Amino acid sequence: MQNNHHIWQILESVHDPEIPVLSVVDLGVVRCITQNETGLEIYITPTYSGCPAMDTIAMDIKMALEQAGYSAVKVNLVLQPAWTTDWLSAAGKQKLLAYGIAPPVEPLSSTKALFGAEPIVSCPQCGSQHTTMLSRFGSTACKALYRCEECLEPFDYFKCLR
Amino acid sequence: MFEANPYPEEVNAALSDFLLRMADTSLVLGHRLSEWCGHGPILEQDIAMSNLALDLIGQARNWYQLAAVQLGQGQSEDDLAYLRDAGQYRNVLLVELPNGDFGQTVLRQFFFDAYHYHYLKALTESGDENVANIAIKSLKEATYHLKWSSEWVIRLGDGTEESHRRMENALRELWEFTGELTTPNETDQLLTIMGLTPDLNLIRPLWEQQVQVVLAEATLEIPNRAWMQKGGKNGVHTEHLGFLLAEMQFLQRAYPNCEW
Repeated sequence: MQNNHHIWQILESVHDPEIPVLSVVDLGVVRCITQNETGLEIYITPTYSGCPAMDTIAMDIKMALEQAGYSAVKVNLVLQPAWTTDWLSAAGKQKLLAYGIAPPVEPLSSTKALFGAEPIVSCPQCGSQHTTMLSRFGSTACKALYRCEECLEPFDYFKCLR
Repeated sequence: MFEANPYPEEVNAALSDFLLRMADTSLVLGHRLSEWCGHGPILEQDIAMSNLALDLIGQARNWYQLAAVQLGQGQSEDDLAYLRDAGQYRNVLLVELPNGDFGQTVLRQFFFDAYHYHYLKALTESGDENVANIAIKSLKEATYHLKWSSEWVIRLGDGTEESHRRMENALRELWEFTGELTTPNETDQLLTIMGLTPDLNLIRPLWEQQVQVVLAEATLEIPNRAWMQKGGKNGVHTEHLGFLLAEMQFLQRAYPNCEW
């Protein structure tokens, strides 16, 4: 029986099919690993209820571990505790930024009190804080669409989910 | 993903009925929203509605999976979604209504989100751990949906003469379907006594307050009508649901057990 450290290393090589720059470990969806004589179980949690990538992620995890010599790998889905962007690793946030996606930031109190606090999102290209939300929803469930008013580039923002 | 919790027969029947209502309501609204895919007024909002649909259908899957284990008759989530007829569906009437124009879709979404948000929030305290866990997950999404639909109700209501007129029409069209959201039926009454679901009578004032604030900001007047439609929670639907299911269930009905 290998130690869990080796398994986590393998999981680092499994990537989110929709944001391939992130591994499933960076994303924080791998919650727990259990090993015993009968096999290996990996527990993952969905980012959003309808995330269409979960089936692919589960299959990719199983394949990666089986290729590394593990047998009887089972991937289980759990809902609790519910995923939050706080579980994105620091490395993951850096990777997002380098990839051109603004990582999640804390919402600040603003005048738009009716809808709760809104974050100030910095442009991943030029770093300007002078940005505007174009749409609350973007190309995947976890992103919103923004535009930088300095360099005029549109960009994805990885929404803060708590 | 779930293991059934044991309950006396009568309670389990009510819980299953409730779980199917949550699932059916999210699925039917998700399906309606998905009808906008490729037809949205602008690309960003087309994408937004597809994202709302995705969240809701994902939530429906969780509710169906839990319903299936509580029912304990060996059904799958797919069996429950694709092989029940309109009379067996338990969704509220509001969500099965046709989309109408973008304004009507937005207003329907807002009425639903205002209920969904407050209801899920209370449901996180459910005495059933599985129910509470789905509620905790769904609440994060519903919170975001409510922001989107509130913004659009205000933008369109307090927008141009044309958008305001359309929102007034939508309000006239939809208002009588909102009462059912927060009116308990026998299932709700039993489950509330058992500590499994919140009292809808306590959700109603929260819903009303949310609606008053946003409609006032949108310069829209709440209709002065007390009479409300009901029936969806007990399987009595408008004629629209049958057409929706005929399309949604076509493949499984025409080619039973088909997979791809």
